[in-house]
Amino acid sequence: MLGRLSWDAIPFDQPIPLVTSIVMVCGIFAILALITVKGWWPYLWNEWITSVDHKRIGVMYMVLALVMLIRGFADAIMMRSQLALAAGHAAGFLPPEHYDQIFSAHGTIMIFFMAMPFVIGLMNFAVPLQLGVRDVAFPVLNSVSFWLTASGVLLVNLSLFIGEFARTGWLAYPPLSELSYSPGVGVDYYLWSLQISGVGTLLSGINLTTTILKMRAPGMGYRRMPVFCWTALASNLLIVAAFPVLTATFGMLLLDRYCDFHFFTNDLGGNPMMYVNLIWIWGHPEVYILILPAFGVFSEVIATFSGKALFGYRSMVMATMVICVLAFMVWLHHFFTMGAGADVNAFFGVMTMIIAIPTGVKVFNWLFTLYGGRVRFAVPVYWTIGFMVTFVIGGMTGVLMAIPPADFVLHNSLFLIAHFHNVIIGGVVFGVMAGYTYWFPKAFGFKLNEPIGKAIFWCWFLGFYLAFMPLYALGLMGATRRMQHYPDVHWQPLMLVALGGAVLIFCGIVLTGLQLVVSIRARARNRDLTGDPWNGRTLEWSTPSPPPAWNFTHLPQVDRADAFWAAKQGTGPAVRSKPERPLGPLHVPRNTATGVFVAFFAVILGFALIWRIEWLATVGLIGAVAVALRQAWQKDREMVITADEVSEFERLNVRETA
Amino acid sequence: MAVNTQKPRRTVGTLAFIASCVMLASCQEGVLDPHGPVGLSERVILFDATAIMLAVVIPVIVLTLAFAWWFRAGNRRAQYTPDWAYSGRIELIIWAIPALLIAFLGGMAWISSHDLDPPKPLVAKVPPVEIEVVSLDWRWLFIYPAQGIATVNQLTVPAGIPIHFRLTSSSVMNSFFIPQLGSQIYTMPGMTTQLNLQADDTGTYKGLSAQFSGDGFSDMRFALVATSPGQFQQWLGETRARGGTLDKVAFADLLRPSHAAESLSYGQVDPELFNSVATGKVATRWSPEEAR
Amino acid sequence: MSATIVSLDLDPEVPLSQQGPAPARVVAGFGFWLFLLSDIILFAALFATYAVLSSATAGGPTGTELFDKRHVFMETLCLLASSVTCGFGSLAVARTDARAMYLAMIATFVLGAAFLWMEVTEFAGMVSMGAGPSHSAFLSAFFALVGTHGLHVTLGLAWLVVMLLQVATLGFQPMVARRFFCFGLFWHALDIVWIGVFSIVYLGAH
Repeated sequence: MLGRLSWDAIPFDQPIPLVTSIVMVCGIFAILALITVKGWWPYLWNEWITSVDHKRIGVMYMVLALVMLIRGFADAIMMRSQLALAAGHAAGFLPPEHYDQIFSAHGTIMIFFMAMPFVIGLMNFAVPLQLGVRDVAFPVLNSVSFWLTASGVLLVNLSLFIGEFARTGWLAYPPLSELSYSPGVGVDYYLWSLQISGVGTLLSGINLTTTILKMRAPGMGYRRMPVFCWTALASNLLIVAAFPVLTATFGMLLLDRYCDFHFFTNDLGGNPMMYVNLIWIWGHPEVYILILPAFGVFSEVIATFSGKALFGYRSMVMATMVICVLAFMVWLHHFFTMGAGADVNAFFGVMTMIIAIPTGVKVFNWLFTLYGGRVRFAVPVYWTIGFMVTFVIGGMTGVLMAIPPADFVLHNSLFLIAHFHNVIIGGVVFGVMAGYTYWFPKAFGFKLNEPIGKAIFWCWFLGFYLAFMPLYALGLMGATRRMQHYPDVHWQPLMLVALGGAVLIFCGIVLTGLQLVVSIRARARNRDLTGDPWNGRTLEWSTPSPPPAWNFTHLPQVDRADAFWAAKQGTGPAVRSKPERPLGPLHVPRNTATGVFVAFFAVILGFALIWRIEWLATVGLIGAVAVALRQAWQKDREMVITADEVSEFERLNVRETA
Repeated sequence: MAVNTQKPRRTVGTLAFIASCVMLASCQEGVLDPHGPVGLSERVILFDATAIMLAVVIPVIVLTLAFAWWFRAGNRRAQYTPDWAYSGRIELIIWAIPALLIAFLGGMAWISSHDLDPPKPLVAKVPPVEIEVVSLDWRWLFIYPAQGIATVNQLTVPAGIPIHFRLTSSSVMNSFFIPQLGSQIYTMPGMTTQLNLQADDTGTYKGLSAQFSGDGFSDMRFALVATSPGQFQQWLGETRARGGTLDKVAFADLLRPSHAAESLSYGQVDPELFNSVATGKVATRWSPEEAR
Repeated sequence: MSATIVSLDLDPEVPLSQQGPAPARVVAGFGFWLFLLSDIILFAALFATYAVLSSATAGGPTGTELFDKRHVFMETLCLLASSVTCGFGSLAVARTDARAMYLAMIATFVLGAAFLWMEVTEFAGMVSMGAGPSHSAFLSAFFALVGTHGLHVTLGLAWLVVMLLQVATLGFQPMVARRFFCFGLFWHALDIVWIGVFSIVYLGAH
């Protein structure tokens, strides 16, 4: 009746997960109780959960990412504490079977459920505004994508208190992840949560690509698109091209585990090397899916706060697209040590290095954008300068490891860990934090607290150096990744320094929460009435903050790049052209619960498959199909905003921009 | 007052201690302290490539900070050129700098990949010592096919003579790595990889698995003892005299998963054992029935 | 598609990329093209896997021993014919000719179901002679690749039934017409994938 599920699945004997689970469950119930007592459900349901507004969905993606940042960071600090303790004969406080789940969960959560939602959230929020359109191409699909990602998050977190998570590392290499070596439900949690959220990501990629290619304000040709939109285009093209490979690869591993197939098994002709190839054919583009939008954010921030057009726009676009294409030609550098042979290794090593050329060009372009600017040191600029300084170091160690013989001694060492945290924290995290601070006033109509914002930056910046520079040294000393303890006691001082760095980053995360509380309480004082608090250049700043559900009452007219800036300078025509027709009525997509219902049944389906409960899986599948069919017969898909409502909004928010 | 001066001094002391630990440690072990030709060449690559890249990276960092500071909004002496967004000459230079750098490093990568390809034999007057490596859950089996002996978790080799490893795995993937000798290589079930290394000096070097392989992974360590050729012969004799036979039955027993297993040795070994493991001809799953 | 652009009544002096948001029909079709692209990449991963594992028979039966090319040829004819009828159906949708649409689409359904029936028969025969997917990596790859295509055909048939019900209940409104257009694209894409399966798996058996 309940498949493999029984009381044994609850970790009564393991205090850490048990206590964490109880605290998390109590916390969730406390929040739910508060919402109920305060009577917030109708508001949440109508304005957020069922919303198909790209701005709301973008914000929800980012909230999800911030929550998962806390979860992933909890794993990180446990790992750092374990390694600070477990030197010599000390065993630390986490036994291997628990430690192995923690590092696997840390990687999985940080990439799939922190970085991805954050980046997708930023793109969702900003791209349609920058393009000067009313919404994404498929608003209902957008809601489905978000809620499927949330389903994956829910499943991953369920593994904490029902059953276990994978003990295989974040990419679950077979044969270790095959049924014979990982018989528990851990790998199944990993696979199903990523399959479900992967569908969401793919749909989101299709949605945003279509939006950018087919829906731009009149006059916005490709050469007039903001650079963030270009990087978003590259990122989403990579999603469309790479995520199906992940789906297929995980599908094959699932067939191996559930149906006794032999793709990657040790016996009957299975080939584990093929999994490693396939997963990295997705995995390397994934890196650029994350970093390219971050590059876009930095480009916007640096141009805005320098009060200057981005230097070398065409170079920047070209570099972005070159990286997008090359992303698929370098995957083998993740396993030079597999013995592919000198020619193959050398080819992929050189291809990898070639990516450093467009990336280097981007850095120089940012540098020359600063040159001749009038740089205002707002918080997003701190993140950007911090990024430029940090990222070049990560890029350098990356090129170093692209030399196959150098990789032969650095592969899988803590040097590698330091390298990819150097580019992911120094690149992606700094980027999303810059974007978060930059677009926050657009989303909510008030700015985030500046002094706390700067403190957050310094915690992350110094914390990163303290936590990961020692790891570079330890890697050169022969320390390898994923070890639960080590015999060399003289590594311990460096491990302690790294723990100190993690604690500093923890302060940054706590301050992010504090900043939100402080800023929300002082929102009346920090309110931005202009819609353009940073003296911006792109179209999102030409509409009030927060923008109305329809974004722009009249679609902007664009005749050049940075048209809004030109209009403000008086060198170009106004982007908010005078209406040729009377206002409204406008049609906006009506809210729908389709997304959240599909996701609900997806969770049931995933959970049932993980625990092999056939009847429940059938219920989940039929439920999801039923919701989709209900949506297919939905006739009343649009809400009419009457001319009166539009003019009322215009009257309250009217503002001559040029 | 006394307390106040004490504190910074102690902090400085701690920092100095940590810094010296790093310096000492990274120079006395690991990949920056190689004791073989492969590791030495790889260290040269690490140093050269880093130095070349630093020549660009350091100026970029300095320029970033300098530009940001000089062109700050408050500096009225800095010239504001809001529309300066293109310069063909600068574009050419900023594409050329990374391109030239990568052309150079790419050449280095291409040549060194071929020179240091793990299966490529090392240049030496004497023929290499053949050693077959099988990674188990979670220990290392070393077979000396020519000498007809085998050991577990301890590897003794003659210094100054090349060693040719053939490697496979009985269960999941691992990576065979002796940081002070150089290159690592994966061990994979049903496949054979090759690696050539050499220890120039006698001594004991740490070996480990660098690819996560399950719960006992952290203890998958072994010692590589490099002895003089004479002592090596003596060690071979002692090992043979100690007896023990590694046949399929004894091998089935080794498959039992174990953490931090002790070293073992076998005076006799089934010559076909490695090939049977590498081609999946013997059972590689531990089962209590097959083991003794 | 050119008809769409003309009907937009746009200034021919302005480049297409600057003419503002495209109409819903273009957007929906484009999005669905992207989805098909991603689906084809999924098949590409399965094809690559099949290519790597096609000789890993682990001592079991090989493709030449198992495949009945005549059977598969009949299967192929069914699927190709269903594409033709689907094309007629799409034309009927454009004319909003319900009778012709029903006729063509029911024919499409019957041909698709025949294809599926033949595939299921083939699979069942292989399993009954001890050549199921658990017997070797080659067979795993074969069943996964051909089976995934079969699953797509199954979903396509279900979609077709839904579309017929939509026309019956909602008539040819623009929303339904857009979905029919996407269905047509999907069905033809399955043909293209099948051509790949037929030539690489069955004709290329070794």
